[in-house]
Amino acid sequence: MSDFIGDWHALLILLVAGVIPNQIWRMLGLWLGGGIDEGSELLIWVRAVATAILAGVIAQILVQPPGALASVPPVLRYGALAAGFVAFVLTRRSIFAGVVCGEIVMLAGKWWFP
Amino acid sequence: MPLPPLDSPQWNSSFRAFLQGVKSVAATILAAVLFATYLGIGALAHDSHFSLLWTLLSTILVWAGPAQIIVITTLGSGATVIQSALAVTVSAVRLFPMVVSVLPLMRTPTTKRWHLILVAHFTAVTLWVECHRFLPQVPRDRRIAFVHGLGFGLLCVTLVANTIGYLLAANLSQTLDAAILLLTPLAFLFSTARNSRELADVAALVLGVLLYPLFALMNSGLDVLLSGVVAGTVAYGIHRARARA
Repeated sequence: MSDFIGDWHALLILLVAGVIPNQIWRMLGLWLGGGIDEGSELLIWVRAVATAILAGVIAQILVQPPGALASVPPVLRYGALAAGFVAFVLTRRSIFAGVVCGEIVMLAGKWWFP
Repeated sequence: MPLPPLDSPQWNSSFRAFLQGVKSVAATILAAVLFATYLGIGALAHDSHFSLLWTLLSTILVWAGPAQIIVITTLGSGATVIQSALAVTVSAVRLFPMVVSVLPLMRTPTTKRWHLILVAHFTAVTLWVECHRFLPQVPRDRRIAFVHGLGFGLLCVTLVANTIGYLLAANLSQTLDAAILLLTPLAFLFSTARNSRELADVAALVLGVLLYPLFALMNSGLDVLLSGVVAGTVAYGIHRARARA
């Protein structure tokens, strides 16, 4: 059971690092509402930075992989992402095709070059 | 599975509207993407040494995939709480315009602000997209109940996916565990790429992926934040240069 709960300190950190900084924006949207132009220059910049942060996290998972992903050689991790991206573009932006293709390349690579 | 017509007795009670919302989860392909993403988040949380309760609470209370992945990967790799909080704050700014644009779809003259708190909480990219698709087919005075049902249904999908992903990561062979972990970067890269229509967003995505490894070499403890601000600002610069040309 204590495995399920883990450590209370981590739950507090979740609140401070994850819940509050995320919910602030939803509640601000609820309170201020209206009068915000979605095409404003400030929002375009903010969205670009937010997208780049997410892109950085995607790269972080591949460059400094957690747990079992670290058992996959770097070339194969980047190769799987690249192959998935090619499939995504060729299928006119099918998320499903991109994910499946990336997974197949990774699994096939592990199979042939264990 | 089409929704009942606007004048159908199916819409006579809020509870029925709620159930229609829950059922609509089955009619959205995005639920499958969400399932794969949260399967990956469950596995990621396991391999980053967080508990299952922690993982489920992060899904219930944060309810935003990017923010959850940022918290798990940054804290899991030893970043400070401040750095994680800053990165999450920036990633969550996009929720602000989403909430602002989604609430007018269900507001009526008698709607109080607190009626909309749960809708604001459920607002994330999936719900935002689906509200624009479904709500025109829902009577206005039943829309809040319908969205509560839709959000609740999506939440159930993600909690099940989280639990399965977490348990699979704990019990599967290393190769299959790695395959589930790989779902997260793949699903996020492609769903973000799909949503990127403006030049600034596409450039930010590409530059963000390419710049992170360089910033990681500096090992400053602020790698994700710094590479994000630099890549995002350069992307914005490209957008400005293009607009002026």
